[in-house]
Amino acid sequence: MSLDHTAVRHIARLARLAVREDELESLRSDLERVLHLFDDLAAANVDNLTPLAHPHDQSLGLRDDRVGETDRSEELLALAPFSQGGYYLVPKVIE
Amino acid sequence: MSTETRSNADQRGWQAVIGLEIHAQLSTVSKLFSRAATAYGAEPNTQAALLDVALPGTLPVPNREAIRKAIQFGLAVQGTIAQHSVFARKNYFYPDLPKGYQISQYELPVVADGKIAVRVDDGRRIDVEIQRAHLEEDAGKSVHDAFHAETGIDLNRAGTPLLEIVSAPVMHSAAEAVAYMRTVHTLVRWLGICDGNMQEGSFRCDCNVSVRRDGETRLGTRTEIKNVNSFRFVEKSIEYEIERQIRALENGEAIVQETRLYDPTRHQTRPMRSKESADDYRYFPDPDLPPLAIATADIERERAALPELPQARRQRYIDGLGLPEADADQLCADRANADYFEAVLAAVPGQAKLCANWVLGEVAAGLNEAAIDIAAAPVSPAALSQLLQRLRDGSISGKIAKDVFAAMWQGEGSADAIIDARGLKQISDSGALGAAIDAVLADYPSQLDDYRKGNDKLLQFFVGQVMKRTKGQANPQQLNELLRQKLG
Repeated sequence: MSLDHTAVRHIARLARLAVREDELESLRSDLERVLHLFDDLAAANVDNLTPLAHPHDQSLGLRDDRVGETDRSEELLALAPFSQGGYYLVPKVIE
Repeated sequence: MSTETRSNADQRGWQAVIGLEIHAQLSTVSKLFSRAATAYGAEPNTQAALLDVALPGTLPVPNREAIRKAIQFGLAVQGTIAQHSVFARKNYFYPDLPKGYQISQYELPVVADGKIAVRVDDGRRIDVEIQRAHLEEDAGKSVHDAFHAETGIDLNRAGTPLLEIVSAPVMHSAAEAVAYMRTVHTLVRWLGICDGNMQEGSFRCDCNVSVRRDGETRLGTRTEIKNVNSFRFVEKSIEYEIERQIRALENGEAIVQETRLYDPTRHQTRPMRSKESADDYRYFPDPDLPPLAIATADIERERAALPELPQARRQRYIDGLGLPEADADQLCADRANADYFEAVLAAVPGQAKLCANWVLGEVAAGLNEAAIDIAAAPVSPAALSQLLQRLRDGSISGKIAKDVFAAMWQGEGSADAIIDARGLKQISDSGALGAAIDAVLADYPSQLDDYRKGNDKLLQFFVGQVMKRTKGQANPQQLNELLRQKLG
């Protein structure tokens, strides 16, 4: 599988990464090498295998439905660049 | 109105195709993956734990109760419960989703291949296929208008368990879609898995709408109306969208696959941010969460504990109790309602119609006026059944019963206590009633004369006068008989 610059820009946008034009080519070739690795994996014979969703053969531990957290909003809000009136503030999101 | 839209589309040679994605918040006390509370209306961010704000190093641990509730729903819609299902990350950037991904389910949802029977307003019955129902976490809330140049983020809702219920695109009018949504709404409340509170956003839906020429088998390009939180808005937004698409296609325009928002003040939909397409969500199994295994024994335990479902109960009321369909529908619109009715009926056996009349009449009116749920009704089923017994045994008339009920509603005591205290017991003693009739006839000699000359209408006048004299306590049947005797 091969990649072009348009695909690299698209992936960068999805990851919210600002990629400079002069970085595109090196990123493209790095990503393409990663994809080749997947081509190698895809060549393996998996005919009689069930797909795994997780490398460990274990099932999920569950917890009972009980509240076990206290309000730590002050501490947490203090970590944010901006907050006001108990809210985290972010640049205006308009829909 | 909706059937009109349906026929409008039909008459013009178009068919609408609608599928709904319903989001039902599961009524657990703690979140899907953290131990933070889910209570509605708390101060912003006071119920957002370290995991919910996505601090590095935190790990999700699923809530057993949320999974149980998903299983209950799956069984109630005759779906397949996956014994092995997988949580996946749905990746997108939005400020109310601090992790940068939502934990959801993709390839292996907990419920698949269900169906639900839906009765449409025009009397038709349709079966709606439920393709899947999967567990996922809710996002936080964005507050746009409280701040000047910023958006405020409240993460209290982030991580609240949601069951996303995905129908097949099998509905063809706004009326069908609303009827389906109501049926699911009744069911989730009936099962007690979701409080169904639409104002608080506990039950909301995305509507996928497309249109195609009659006879066309391929689906047209669809648009998705996001986050509609009332039945009326679902109806209005779908009607608008069907019309918009037909008009565009008739004008030779193409439909753009996009997400739209419904604006209830203008009754129209408009395009929203161009949403990343499904490919761009880059779903992959969440490495923090091994697959969810559900044992057969657990599924069977839930199956055994399922309550009688609304459809079954409705049918029993019609076939077994002989209630009219309309009564059965109304009683079964809410499980608490139906349970209340049955509790009353248990004490007045064989009087299903009488009990239904009172529950759907006086009780419903009282609840409506006070804007309270039946669980908070000031008159208990036992109290109401005592009143109905007095009505049955002739102690009081129907009219007096309504007065006694009103007094009971005001907390004045039991039916018997009120009847005694107010001396409301019906006069069935023929001596006392006869004396009252004699007194009335003596008071109105000219009317009596007219009556004897053939003015039959005056019979009702005398009945009214006797009722007045006995303060409404005369047994109406006996009064009629005695009066006829005396006049005859």
